[in-house]
Amino acid sequence: MIELLYFAWVRERIGVDGEILPLPQGIATVSSLLDWLAGRSAGHAAALADRNAIRVAVDQVFAGFDAAVAAGAEVAIFPPVTGG
Amino acid sequence: MIAVAVQSTPIDAAVAVAPLTAERSDVGAVVTFTGFVRDDNGLTALTLEHYPAMTECALATIAAQAAARWPLSGGVIVHRVGRMVPGEAIVLVAVASSHRSAAFQAAEFLMDWLKTKAPFWKAEERAGGVTWVAAKASDDTAADRWNDRRGESVFELRPAV
Repeated sequence: MIELLYFAWVRERIGVDGEILPLPQGIATVSSLLDWLAGRSAGHAAALADRNAIRVAVDQVFAGFDAAVAAGAEVAIFPPVTGG
Repeated sequence: MIAVAVQSTPIDAAVAVAPLTAERSDVGAVVTFTGFVRDDNGLTALTLEHYPAMTECALATIAAQAAARWPLSGGVIVHRVGRMVPGEAIVLVAVASSHRSAAFQAAEFLMDWLKTKAPFWKAEERAGGVTWVAAKASDDTAADRWNDRRGESVFELRPAV
Protein backbone atom coordinates (compact mmCIF):
# COMPACT_ATOMS: atom_id res chain seq x y z
CA MET A 1 0.00 0.00 0.00
CA ILE A 2 0.99 3.61 -0.47
CA GLU A 3 -0.46 6.58 1.38
CA LEU A 4 -1.17 9.62 -0.79
CA LEU A 5 -1.87 13.11 0.56
CA TYR A 6 -3.11 16.04 -1.53
CA PHE A 7 -2.96 19.74 -0.68
CA ALA A 8 -4.35 23.06 -1.99
CA TRP A 9 -5.69 22.92 -5.57
CA VAL A 10 -4.33 19.41 -6.09
CA ARG A 11 -6.68 18.30 -3.28
CA GLU A 12 -9.57 20.29 -4.76
CA ARG A 13 -9.15 18.89 -8.27
CA ILE A 14 -8.81 15.29 -7.11
CA GLY A 15 -11.71 15.76 -4.71
CA VAL A 16 -10.25 14.03 -1.64
CA ASP A 17 -7.47 15.01 0.77
CA GLY A 18 -5.82 11.64 0.51
CA GLU A 19 -6.14 7.96 -0.29
CA ILE A 20 -4.43 4.69 0.53
CA LEU A 21 -3.93 2.49 -2.52
CA PRO A 22 -2.16 -0.74 -3.40
CA LEU A 23 1.07 0.18 -5.17
CA PRO A 24 1.10 -1.53 -8.57
CA GLN A 25 4.17 -3.54 -9.55
CA GLY A 26 6.66 -1.63 -11.63
CA ILE A 27 6.04 1.76 -10.00
CA ALA A 28 9.28 2.67 -8.28
CA THR A 29 9.65 6.43 -8.79
CA VAL A 30 7.63 9.57 -8.11
CA SER A 31 7.38 10.14 -11.86
CA SER A 32 5.84 6.74 -12.59
CA LEU A 33 3.56 7.12 -9.57
CA LEU A 34 2.23 10.44 -10.96
CA ASP A 35 1.69 8.86 -14.41
CA TRP A 36 -0.30 6.02 -12.85
CA LEU A 37 -2.33 8.35 -10.61
CA ALA A 38 -3.20 10.64 -13.52
CA GLY A 39 -5.06 7.74 -15.13
CA ARG A 40 -7.28 7.05 -12.13
CA SER A 41 -9.97 9.70 -12.77
CA ALA A 42 -10.68 12.93 -14.63
CA GLY A 43 -9.96 14.79 -11.38
CA HIS A 44 -6.57 13.12 -10.96
CA ALA A 45 -5.77 13.88 -14.61
CA ALA A 46 -6.72 17.55 -14.19
CA ALA A 47 -4.69 17.90 -10.99
CA LEU A 48 -1.56 16.29 -12.44
CA ALA A 49 -1.71 17.58 -16.04
CA ASP A 50 0.96 20.28 -15.59
CA ARG A 51 3.93 18.58 -13.96
CA ASN A 52 5.81 21.90 -13.78
CA ALA A 53 3.18 23.03 -11.26
CA ILE A 54 3.52 19.89 -9.10
CA ARG A 55 5.79 19.39 -6.10
CA VAL A 56 6.15 16.21 -4.05
CA ALA A 57 7.31 15.10 -0.61
CA VAL A 58 8.16 11.48 0.16
CA ASP A 59 7.90 10.61 3.85
CA GLN A 60 7.64 14.33 4.73
CA VAL A 61 10.77 15.39 2.82
CA PHE A 62 10.69 17.32 -0.48
CA ALA A 63 11.63 14.96 -3.30
CA GLY A 64 12.32 15.17 -7.02
CA PHE A 65 10.36 13.27 -9.65
CA ASP A 66 13.21 10.76 -9.91
CA ALA A 67 13.01 9.91 -6.21
CA ALA A 68 12.24 6.32 -5.25
CA VAL A 69 8.86 5.31 -3.87
CA ALA A 70 8.05 1.97 -2.29
CA ALA A 71 5.16 0.33 -0.50
CA GLY A 72 4.63 1.87 2.91
CA ALA A 73 5.70 5.36 1.83
CA GLU A 74 3.72 8.54 2.47
CA VAL A 75 3.71 10.61 -0.70
CA ALA A 76 2.30 14.14 -0.58
CA ILE A 77 1.45 15.93 -3.84
CA PHE A 78 0.89 19.69 -3.93
CA PRO A 79 1.50 22.96 -5.81
CA PRO A 80 4.64 25.05 -5.19
CA VAL A 81 4.52 26.32 -1.62
CA THR A 82 3.34 29.89 -0.86
CA GLY A 83 3.81 30.36 2.89
CA GLY A 84 5.59 33.05 4.86
CA MET B 1 17.85 27.03 19.98
CA ILE B 2 15.36 28.44 17.45
CA ALA B 3 11.87 27.60 18.66
CA VAL B 4 9.22 26.82 16.04
CA ALA B 5 5.44 26.89 16.35
CA VAL B 6 2.48 26.49 14.02
CA GLN B 7 -0.80 27.78 15.39
CA SER B 8 -4.36 28.63 14.36
CA THR B 9 -4.67 31.33 17.03
CA PRO B 10 -3.49 34.96 16.62
CA ILE B 11 0.25 35.59 16.96
CA ASP B 12 1.27 37.68 19.98
CA ALA B 13 4.63 39.15 18.95
CA ALA B 14 5.55 40.40 22.42
CA VAL B 15 4.96 36.98 23.99
CA ALA B 16 6.89 35.21 21.21
CA VAL B 17 9.93 37.48 21.38
CA ALA B 18 10.23 37.92 25.17
CA PRO B 19 12.11 34.63 25.81
CA LEU B 20 14.94 35.73 23.49
CA THR B 21 16.17 38.27 26.03
CA ALA B 22 14.65 37.04 29.31
CA GLU B 23 17.31 36.74 32.03
CA ARG B 24 20.13 37.29 29.53
CA SER B 25 22.73 40.02 29.33
CA ASP B 26 24.74 38.73 26.36
CA VAL B 27 22.22 39.57 23.62
CA GLY B 28 23.15 42.68 21.69
CA ALA B 29 20.56 42.55 18.91
CA VAL B 30 17.10 41.16 18.28
CA VAL B 31 15.64 41.49 14.79
CA THR B 32 11.92 40.79 14.50
CA PHE B 33 9.93 40.44 11.29
CA THR B 34 6.15 40.13 11.23
CA GLY B 35 4.20 39.46 8.03
CA PHE B 36 0.59 40.64 7.86
CA VAL B 37 -2.43 39.92 5.65
CA ARG B 38 -2.95 42.86 3.26
CA ASP B 39 -6.28 43.91 1.75
CA ASP B 40 -4.83 43.98 -1.79
CA ASN B 41 -7.43 44.23 -4.56
CA GLY B 42 -10.38 43.75 -2.25
CA LEU B 43 -9.00 40.73 -0.39
CA THR B 44 -11.36 39.87 2.47
CA ALA B 45 -9.62 36.85 4.01
CA LEU B 46 -6.62 34.58 3.62
CA THR B 47 -6.56 30.87 4.49
CA LEU B 48 -3.28 29.11 5.14
CA GLU B 49 -3.32 25.37 4.52
CA HIS B 50 -0.36 23.24 5.58
CA TYR B 51 0.93 19.67 5.75
CA PRO B 52 0.86 19.08 9.50
CA ALA B 53 3.05 15.95 9.56
CA MET B 54 5.80 17.82 7.72
CA THR B 55 5.48 21.46 8.75
CA GLU B 56 7.22 21.57 12.12
CA CYS B 57 10.01 19.33 10.85
CA ALA B 58 10.52 21.59 7.82
CA LEU B 59 10.61 24.65 10.07
CA ALA B 60 13.10 22.94 12.39
CA THR B 61 15.30 22.12 9.39
CA ILE B 62 15.23 25.74 8.21
CA ALA B 63 15.93 26.94 11.78
CA ALA B 64 18.88 24.56 12.07
CA GLN B 65 20.31 25.97 8.82
CA ALA B 66 20.13 29.50 10.23
CA ALA B 67 21.74 28.42 13.49
CA ALA B 68 24.57 26.74 11.57
CA ARG B 69 25.24 29.81 9.40
CA TRP B 70 25.18 32.64 11.96
CA PRO B 71 26.22 32.95 15.62
CA LEU B 72 22.74 33.28 17.10
CA SER B 73 21.88 33.23 20.78
CA GLY B 74 18.28 32.31 20.06
CA GLY B 75 15.36 32.62 17.72
CA VAL B 76 11.71 31.92 17.12
CA ILE B 77 9.51 31.13 14.11
CA VAL B 78 5.73 31.31 14.55
CA HIS B 79 3.52 30.57 11.53
CA ARG B 80 -0.23 31.02 11.58
CA VAL B 81 -2.53 28.55 9.77
CA GLY B 82 -6.25 28.62 9.06
CA ARG B 83 -8.40 31.60 8.08
CA MET B 84 -7.36 35.15 8.87
CA VAL B 85 -8.42 38.64 7.82
CA PRO B 86 -6.46 41.72 6.68
CA GLY B 87 -4.43 43.22 9.51
CA GLU B 88 -3.74 39.89 11.20
CA ALA B 89 -0.21 38.50 11.44
CA ILE B 90 0.61 35.46 9.27
CA VAL B 91 4.18 34.86 10.34
CA LEU B 92 6.70 36.06 12.89
CA VAL B 93 10.44 35.51 12.76
CA ALA B 94 12.77 36.82 15.46
CA VAL B 95 16.47 36.17 15.95
CA ALA B 96 18.85 37.25 18.69
CA SER B 97 22.61 37.63 18.41
CA SER B 98 25.49 39.54 19.92
CA HIS B 99 25.60 41.87 16.93
CA ARG B 100 23.03 43.23 14.51
CA SER B 101 24.54 41.98 11.26
CA ALA B 102 24.00 38.29 12.05
CA ALA B 103 20.50 38.99 13.36
CA PHE B 104 19.43 40.96 10.25
CA GLN B 105 20.85 38.37 7.86
CA ALA B 106 19.42 35.38 9.72
CA ALA B 107 15.95 36.96 9.87
CA GLU B 108 16.00 37.61 6.13
CA PHE B 109 17.29 34.09 5.43
CA LEU B 110 14.54 32.54 7.57
CA MET B 111 11.83 34.47 5.73
CA ASP B 112 13.26 33.68 2.28
CA TRP B 113 13.41 30.00 3.07
CA LEU B 114 10.03 29.93 4.82
CA LYS B 115 8.46 31.28 1.65
CA THR B 116 9.98 28.61 -0.58
CA LYS B 117 10.79 25.54 1.52
CA ALA B 118 7.97 25.04 4.05
CA PRO B 119 4.70 23.27 3.18
CA PHE B 120 2.18 26.13 3.38
CA TRP B 121 -0.34 27.24 0.76
CA LYS B 122 -2.32 30.50 0.70
CA ALA B 123 -5.87 30.82 -0.62
CA GLU B 124 -7.23 34.35 -1.10
CA GLU B 125 -10.90 35.20 -0.59
CA ARG B 126 -12.49 38.07 -2.49
CA ALA B 127 -16.05 38.94 -3.42
CA GLY B 128 -15.61 36.93 -6.63
CA GLY B 129 -14.51 33.74 -4.90
CA VAL B 130 -11.45 31.92 -3.60
CA THR B 131 -8.19 31.59 -5.53
CA TRP B 132 -4.93 29.84 -4.66
CA VAL B 133 -1.87 32.07 -4.63
CA ALA B 134 0.73 31.18 -7.28
CA ALA B 135 4.35 30.85 -6.22
CA LYS B 136 6.48 33.84 -7.21
CA ALA B 137 9.74 33.44 -9.12
CA SER B 138 11.07 36.42 -7.15
CA ASP B 139 10.71 34.39 -3.94
CA ASP B 140 12.75 31.56 -5.47
CA THR B 141 15.41 34.04 -6.55
CA ALA B 142 15.54 35.51 -3.05
CA ALA B 143 15.89 32.06 -1.50
CA ASP B 144 18.51 30.90 -4.00
CA ARG B 145 20.98 33.59 -3.01
CA TRP B 146 21.48 31.78 0.30
CA ASN B 147 22.54 28.52 -1.35
CA ASP B 148 26.12 27.77 -0.54
CA ARG B 149 28.98 27.36 -2.97
CA ARG B 150 28.08 23.77 -3.69
CA GLY B 151 24.58 24.84 -4.68
CA GLU B 152 23.21 22.65 -1.94
CA SER B 153 19.68 23.37 -0.81
CA VAL B 154 17.41 22.17 1.96
CA PHE B 155 15.65 19.95 -0.58
CA GLU B 156 18.57 17.54 -0.39
CA LEU B 157 18.85 17.65 3.40
CA ARG B 158 17.15 15.32 5.77
CA PRO B 159 15.24 17.12 8.55
CA ALA B 160 17.39 17.83 11.58
CA VAL B 161 15.24 16.03 14.14
